[in-house]
Amino acid sequence: MAEDKDSAEAIVSEVHRKISEAFDVFDHEFNKTVDVREIGTIIRSLGCFPSEGELHDIIAEIEEEEPTGYICFEKFLPTMTTVLMERRFRPIPEDLLLQAFEVLDQQKKGHLEPEELTKYLTQEGEPFTPEEMEEMMSAALDPDRNVIFYKDFVSMMSVDNHR
Amino acid sequence: MKAAILIQRWYRRYIARLEMRQRYTWNIFQSIEYAGEQDQLQLSSFFSFMLDNFTQLNLISHLLDPVVNPQTDRARLTNHEQIIVPESYNGPRLTFPLTVSQTDALLTAFKNQQQLHGRFVLQLLQETKKLLRQMPNVVYFSTPYAKEITICGDLHGRLDDLLLIFYKNGLPSAETPYVFNGDFVDRGKKSVEILILLFAYLLLYPDHMHLNRGNHEDHIMNLRYGFTKEVMQKYKTHGRDILKLIQEVFSLLPLATVIDNKVLVVHGGISDVTDLDFLRSIERHKVRTVMAKVCITAAVFKDCNMYFRRTIGIFVVDLLWSDPKSQPGCRPNTFRGGGCYFGPDVTRRLLEKHALSLLIRSHECKREGYELCHDGQVITIFSASNYYEEGSNRGAYIKLGQELVPRFFQYQVSHTTRKLTLMQRVRVGEGSAVRALQEKLFAHRSELMAAFQHYDTSNSGCISVSEWAVVVESVLRMDLPWRTLRPRLARLAPDGMVEYQSCFEDMGPGQPIPQVSPNFAETLYRYRTDLEIIFNIIDKDHSGQISTEEFRQTWRLFSAHLGVEVDNKAIDDLARTMDFNKDGSIDFNEFLEAFRVVHKLDSKDQQEC
Repeated sequence: MAEDKDSAEAIVSEVHRKISEAFDVFDHEFNKTVDVREIGTIIRSLGCFPSEGELHDIIAEIEEEEPTGYICFEKFLPTMTTVLMERRFRPIPEDLLLQAFEVLDQQKKGHLEPEELTKYLTQEGEPFTPEEMEEMMSAALDPDRNVIFYKDFVSMMSVDNHR
Repeated sequence: MKAAILIQRWYRRYIARLEMRQRYTWNIFQSIEYAGEQDQLQLSSFFSFMLDNFTQLNLISHLLDPVVNPQTDRARLTNHEQIIVPESYNGPRLTFPLTVSQTDALLTAFKNQQQLHGRFVLQLLQETKKLLRQMPNVVYFSTPYAKEITICGDLHGRLDDLLLIFYKNGLPSAETPYVFNGDFVDRGKKSVEILILLFAYLLLYPDHMHLNRGNHEDHIMNLRYGFTKEVMQKYKTHGRDILKLIQEVFSLLPLATVIDNKVLVVHGGISDVTDLDFLRSIERHKVRTVMAKVCITAAVFKDCNMYFRRTIGIFVVDLLWSDPKSQPGCRPNTFRGGGCYFGPDVTRRLLEKHALSLLIRSHECKREGYELCHDGQVITIFSASNYYEEGSNRGAYIKLGQELVPRFFQYQVSHTTRKLTLMQRVRVGEGSAVRALQEKLFAHRSELMAAFQHYDTSNSGCISVSEWAVVVESVLRMDLPWRTLRPRLARLAPDGMVEYQSCFEDMGPGQPIPQVSPNFAETLYRYRTDLEIIFNIIDKDHSGQISTEEFRQTWRLFSAHLGVEVDNKAIDDLARTMDFNKDGSIDFNEFLEAFRVVHKLDSKDQQEC
């Protein structure tokens, strides 16, 4: 039993170090604070997939009473530890993602027109900003055929992620 | 629609990971850059050590002597005029005083990859020296009525950035005055061209073109960071003379510029002892190099004691090397090995003392090309885009009108016609940062292995990720996110433990190395750059050769200073082996090539392209 406790503590301590490392990358002033706008990036880089709404909830939880624009590490650590330990906002499996694209491809063409994709992603759900849309399009669009072969796109991105 | 949300969430996470990679790549580059500057500190303390203890050695005593110049400048000028320029040379031919058509010709020539003939370079430098001698240490001037002044930061040999600035903003003229805030040379491949252009415009418009000295306008920095090599490669006949003249010109560059009595422009920063009045009184050209702090021409200060000599040097070092930080107070800049970290209170006090409103400085690379700090009282401006790697950062310049409200203009030079996606940019930058880290790991191999094995009690070749990270951080002493970087640097065994030997797999010696013990070889890898610099200094006439005796002495001194134990016999054997033609001298460039580490996958990568 004592061993279990030790290994549980070791796991938590590893998690703490991972969070600390990710936090430090954005801590420009070396004073254990980060700009609140970078919290989303930090959380996602640690392997979690909150939606924009869920992200706002987390931020609300860890912000100061009087929001200063900065999040300090003391508040971030416990919340983030819980999120990681509870495995909240798990990554999306590749096949589920593919299904999502197939839902958009109502005619079952195997590809999507740029206009279709843009319409869905900038008007539905939690809409992309024009910059986000442009960035995704530049990576996803096949320059010769001018369509998005979503199956290839998804596999290409997954390979890169797993490196 | 649920499908849309899913895709959006997934994509945002992907982008977040890319941003994270981009950011730690940046941290890696900065860490390595500052580690290089720390090495420079060690080197400068080695010079002090040598000078203090071995003054009878002639090896580097010439650093203390004034540049021996029996000729007067007039005689030199005639000498330059006697250099014959061949008929076949179809680059610009300069005559003095310069005209706009000549500076235009220079621009065109450089855009077409042409080189200016050595004779004209020498003449240009001579004229520049004459002009700079008349300038004070701190240049005061006013913004012309209804005009704006443009302030640019570090260029570091990036000609494309300078040309882009001229294109966007206009060439220097009475209508378009400029301040260039130091660090024109080193790292980039076109430092010579940049200097020629800047000096040419300086001669053409001395009232509208202002140059400040940066910490890289220093011949010892140039030995490490590439400018000396560039000059010697481009100018085989006249390189030595050119370098000598450049050294004099650098030490004559003004140290600071004040605009409208309100804005102070200086390359690095300030310290708590900075005082503009004192600064105006020093003889700046006596500070040839700030690296070896005692290297101020002895002849002039022979009546002053060492402390005073050192103080003058420190004044200049502070201006050229300091960095602003958010912590109040003034502490030594340990990262760089020179200058200070100065806080907002130091800034406030200096600005108040001299009734100034703004400090503009450069010296640090910023992602957006510029950055404000100290409540907007300090602006950092950096003009070399893609400084670390393609896509790493923007460059910027400031325009200041009579109201002295700065406007910022950003740009980024791109060598590809197709815009790279974020993913591609991150990959490129990360790739080269990781390679640099791999080289560092390789250079500290034996220390790392010893520490790894300490944790590997069962001799399995594996340790935990946590242990691996702890070892790497303590040996390399670089504050980086090692756990996040691990996948790039070391392999995992199926049980999730790190196979620590895999850190060194991708690296190896470039050429068959001479017979030396692995430990000796590793020391040579690690200090290769330092040795290069030392050899270049010893080799006064830049011939590429030093005597075997000089080689032996240097190596013994250096290793004594480092506290590294090296077998004397091993040094002797090595010296003998490297003297290929048995004439008592060593081609040290060949020696250094033998100890250059290469990435084994390099040729493979090239085949895949």
